[in-house]
Amino acid sequence: MNRQIVDCRRLLCPMPVIRVQSAVEDLAEGTVVEAVCTDPGALTDIPAWSRINGHRVVETRSEAGEYFVVVEVGPKDLS
Amino acid sequence: MSRQRKAAALISGGLDSLLAARVMQEQGIHVEGINFYTGFCVEGHTHAIRKKDRKKEKRNNALWVAEQLGIKLHIIDIVEDYKQVVLNPKHGYGANLNPCLDCKIFMVGKALEWIKAKGFDFIITGEVMGQRPMSQRKQTLPIVAGESGAEDLLLRPLCARNLPETLPEREGWVDRERLYDFSGRSRKPQMALAAKFGFEDYAQPAGGCCFLTDAQYSVKLADLWQARGDKQYEMDDIMLLKVGRHIRPAPGYKLIISREEGEGNFLRGYRHQYAHLTTVSHPGPLALIDGQFDDQELQLAARLVARYSQGRSAEQVTLEFTDIDGQARELTVKPLPAHEIPKEWVL
Repeated sequence: MNRQIVDCRRLLCPMPVIRVQSAVEDLAEGTVVEAVCTDPGALTDIPAWSRINGHRVVETRSEAGEYFVVVEVGPKDLS
Repeated sequence: MSRQRKAAALISGGLDSLLAARVMQEQGIHVEGINFYTGFCVEGHTHAIRKKDRKKEKRNNALWVAEQLGIKLHIIDIVEDYKQVVLNPKHGYGANLNPCLDCKIFMVGKALEWIKAKGFDFIITGEVMGQRPMSQRKQTLPIVAGESGAEDLLLRPLCARNLPETLPEREGWVDRERLYDFSGRSRKPQMALAAKFGFEDYAQPAGGCCFLTDAQYSVKLADLWQARGDKQYEMDDIMLLKVGRHIRPAPGYKLIISREEGEGNFLRGYRHQYAHLTTVSHPGPLALIDGQFDDQELQLAARLVARYSQGRSAEQVTLEFTDIDGQARELTVKPLPAHEIPKEWVL
């Protein structure tokens, strides 16, 4: 499956959340977005944002000082 | 059947906005949160940078509040537009460089644009009359509503009964009798309401959530403007003001010296944008040099950086100086004794 990479390196929270939010806005349900971050706060902030906005966190991991958060885009807002 | 009305709540992450949103939910209003990112938000930054803070629980309070309320939160980047507020506040600054009244007017104005674009009916904030000396006074609450353009689309659930009726109240979307009349600086009414709603854990207000209310930060920002002769800033400028020890030995340049490993790692990300010094002979900090300097000033800068290294008591410390083009060379200096650093150099 294609993944859209969102480069959030050197950005401090909440900028990684804002980048993911912008990326997700135009993507269809089921699309997978992978945020690459250097602020460890992203490991809690992006999942929190995803939960409250109806998206699913598929994976979080840390590797060599970088933090990865993989999000599957949820259904579009119909409210 | 009438449709469910929708309100956008300005969510800072503090208790007041949490309560204001919950009061609306209790009245059957659909609430979604908006959180504005100005670049000066305290939230998370220093925790992310400083190694000693890494073990502390990291939580974006605005996201946490939204999760407690079960509402969506839209975080909006207003860094560029916000500059006009910081640089030229019509209503002036508070005790430091905090343009609180202009800030609130600006944010409510942005929220108004947002509700129009998204089809929401009105805006709510957690403002309480008399709570803050600049932006939340009886005289200034109408200024926020008027100058933002929101007028009677702006409802403050926690102090609405002290204020004229707003559109949501007149139209019967919201029952005014079930709103509140909080006023003054006491937090007791909010804490009692929090208990009533079952909120036990919430962010304690501790001098606000904005670096511009911080005296030390404001001194550094004012110094930056004075040194450059231009009241402007870029994102990197305001980030760097949050990090390290800032020392200005001369009007033309200053040093930004890391205080611990986390800050060193953060400043390392700016190595290609600034000339910098690192100690070679002893463990020590990384220092960025911001501005123009001659050889004599470089020697002084090196002595200052050596003073903050583990070689501070040594006869000599060797440092590596890298210029803005990436050319490196070594310097050996005697560390500057602490008593030779004038207080006015330290920002």
